[in-house]
Amino acid sequence: MTEAVRFEEVVRSFGRVRALDGVSFSVADGEFFSMLGPSGSGKTTCLRLIAGFDRPTSGDVFIAGKRCADTPPWERDVNTVFQDYALFPHMTVVENVTYGLMVRGVDQRARLDKAEAMLASVALGGFGDRRPAALSGGQRQRVALARALVLEPRVLLLDEPLGALDLKLRQQMQGELKALQRRVGITFIYVTHDQGEALAMSDRIAVFSHGRIEQIGSPRDIYDRPRTSFVADFVGAANVLPGSVLGSRHPVAIRPERLRLGEGELQFDATVAARHFLGAGTRLEAQLADGTAIAALLAETDPERLPAEGAVIRLGADRASFLELAH
Amino acid sequence: MSAVAGAGLGAAIGRSLWRRSGLVTFLLLLPPMLWLGVVYTGSLFALLAQSLFALDEFSGVILYEPTLSTWRQFLSEPSNLDIVLRTLVMAACVTIACAVVAFPIAYLMARYAQGRWKALLYVLVMLPLWSSYLVKVYAWKLILAKEGAITWIFGQMGLPWLLDGILAIPLIGGPSLSVSYLGMFLVFTYLWVPFMILPVEAALERVPRRLLEASGDLGAPPGMTFRKIILPLAFPGVVAGSIFTFSLTMGDYILPYVIGSSRLFIGQVVYLQQGTAGNVPLAAAFSVVPIVVMAIYLAVARRLGAFDAL
Amino acid sequence: MRYERAPAGLTIAAVLGLLFLHLPMAFIFLYALTTEDKSYQFPPPGLTLQWFAVAWSRQDVWAALGLSVRVAALATLVAMILGTLAALALVRARFFGKETVTLLLILPIALPGIITGIALRSAFGIMEIPFSFWTIVIGHATFCVVVVYNNAIARLRRTSGSIIEASFDLGAGPWLTFRHVVLPNLATALLAGGMLAFALSFDEVIVTTFTAGQQTTLPIWMLSELVRPRQRPVTNVVAVFVFVLTLVPILLAYRLTRGTDSVAGSGK
Repeated sequence: MTEAVRFEEVVRSFGRVRALDGVSFSVADGEFFSMLGPSGSGKTTCLRLIAGFDRPTSGDVFIAGKRCADTPPWERDVNTVFQDYALFPHMTVVENVTYGLMVRGVDQRARLDKAEAMLASVALGGFGDRRPAALSGGQRQRVALARALVLEPRVLLLDEPLGALDLKLRQQMQGELKALQRRVGITFIYVTHDQGEALAMSDRIAVFSHGRIEQIGSPRDIYDRPRTSFVADFVGAANVLPGSVLGSRHPVAIRPERLRLGEGELQFDATVAARHFLGAGTRLEAQLADGTAIAALLAETDPERLPAEGAVIRLGADRASFLELAH
Repeated sequence: MSAVAGAGLGAAIGRSLWRRSGLVTFLLLLPPMLWLGVVYTGSLFALLAQSLFALDEFSGVILYEPTLSTWRQFLSEPSNLDIVLRTLVMAACVTIACAVVAFPIAYLMARYAQGRWKALLYVLVMLPLWSSYLVKVYAWKLILAKEGAITWIFGQMGLPWLLDGILAIPLIGGPSLSVSYLGMFLVFTYLWVPFMILPVEAALERVPRRLLEASGDLGAPPGMTFRKIILPLAFPGVVAGSIFTFSLTMGDYILPYVIGSSRLFIGQVVYLQQGTAGNVPLAAAFSVVPIVVMAIYLAVARRLGAFDAL
Repeated sequence: MRYERAPAGLTIAAVLGLLFLHLPMAFIFLYALTTEDKSYQFPPPGLTLQWFAVAWSRQDVWAALGLSVRVAALATLVAMILGTLAALALVRARFFGKETVTLLLILPIALPGIITGIALRSAFGIMEIPFSFWTIVIGHATFCVVVVYNNAIARLRRTSGSIIEASFDLGAGPWLTFRHVVLPNLATALLAGGMLAFALSFDEVIVTTFTAGQQTTLPIWMLSELVRPRQRPVTNVVAVFVFVLTLVPILLAYRLTRGTDSVAGSGK
């Protein structure tokens, strides 16, 4: 597989702040690649460097194998779906979608044909004459998608495209986006701070923190084998415990759903601090002897069969469930 | 589909501009800055520099040698200080009056009016703001004239003695309203009120309704909410408006000329000195006063957050 | 949201204030019809329309009007170009000295007009530039720039910055982006700014007295009539005319920007 985008030791600083602090990665053609991280972690900066809205302070960005430091955004074979959609308010939906074709000099007939086909494929057939202001949030989002995809770019950049939608629509759009990407076969680079979204859609995820990439890997890798306590905690919930539990020098993480009551190869004492009924299960909050807080997710919901608050219990799990972290 | 292939001069220019976004800003700013930064500020400095020359008293010709004698002349003449004080007091009174007249209108616009009414009020404030200064002054010349409407109204109400009484008050009175400080004050206030209404309205508009409700919830009576919440939040708007009312009053020379007595204001002195008297250096020295006053005023206003309300 | 009725006291105060702002203009109309031409006698002893005919046939009025319109048109054009450039440059750029640049833009209206006038006059004097049509235009354009600038920058701030990036992203270079995205979004604001600049220039008298020399614009004609009245009712008629003529661009400017941004006094 060939390479769509590659970053080599990219640094972007704004005054004294390093928004990106030596980032390297590469994205393969046809991949669904997510950049996940809290706000200010550098993921959107990465996206803007690929789109060409911004230039690296040092390091190199390659698109399709070519160094693109001197290529302005309008000459890059990359299109963006903006967080606020950035639809042109003075143009109709069709005019928005055909804009990129128009500036490329595609003749009008072909432009309209392509736009209509594209709008139909995002379920917006018949909406062509409306203004963006007359559309719902979800519809605007689809127009933004159609406007970028109609140009058949090498890479499609998506900046939290579902961020402005409500939960139900979000989940529906996640599925549609993933299916669309399979269908068109275009590389998607997807920025999000929602770990669930990233896990559900991506082929690979890069987890960002403080301008650096903490870990890159498949959703399973990231979830099951987090390398750092940041990744363990940011992607899913995790208890980060001192390394002494495993006899290790590094901290270890254990997912709350892996902990059992009085079972497992490794067990330790804990005092129950609180119980929370979650419907499908119970969340138990407890404290280890050294004061470290630990949470366990139990399938049991019957209060009679659960330990009371203040009770001393034994929590445990198999050795393989404990994840050794780099730091 | 491949992106537009960059070829030709236009594409090359576009690309090089993208590489240096600072250059774009520079090129865009160049023409306005040449005009305002070089022509206009240059003229201002040329004017200020003139105050360092002096008029030769015998020949009436300006001697282009640096000297402080114009400044000495300016500062040693007590009547000059009177002129400055008179102007500043008038500007302050007008500013206060404008704030008083403007506040209810701004408050009604920002808090109670909506839809069509709000639009109408807006137009009613904007029209007098932008309509002709001279026509407005002229209208008041008609109204304040000795044989004009005000005298007539007082006469019809059987109160001519009241008008005479007011005009007999020393300092603010005069032979008729059209040649008195009182008349001048009225017209100044009339002229500049719209400049006060709009910034105050904008500031009040930014007071979130929830804040007022919160204050009410916390048990503050309406009067207290007004004093403790609305007034402080509207204050930057008042300061922003006062920049205009103060500056405009201070520099006006036409109104004191058309409606006013023989006692001069700064603007008139500047006009007379550079015109009939031909003493440009003294006129320049006089014009330093409004510049300095406005510089201080703007600095203080910025401290008070008035620029956000502009 | 909850809207309650305004307290009676507030409404009365506001209505009185608005009457104070608008009643005086009625006198201009009334006096244009008076038969009395030696004094400002109120109430007018009789009403007539003859002064409109007299004013119509006055060559000096027509000449002054012509000069004013030409000056305002050109000053507006210059102000629109300079104001737009400044707004485009300043809307998103961050650089050292930006505050100074903004200050420079508002300086011609923050300083009293007489300062601008006398400064330009002395500069013309030093450079030995004789008074002409162009010197008036230079003076007017200087204080009109900020009016256009304020309108343009208010609109640009409301325009999402990402639509420009979106246009770049879709393959349009700077020129195409300006033509297809920036300009259409800016057009009505620019037009409104231009209208207001025109009205401002058309009325201006303070700066003009310093930069006009012997030339007579309509406001200068009015000022001389105000100081030394010759035929008072003719002045009244001209005042009515000026008032109505400036009303048109102001109302148009309001319509153009209604609901999008406040034209306001932002900047007179």
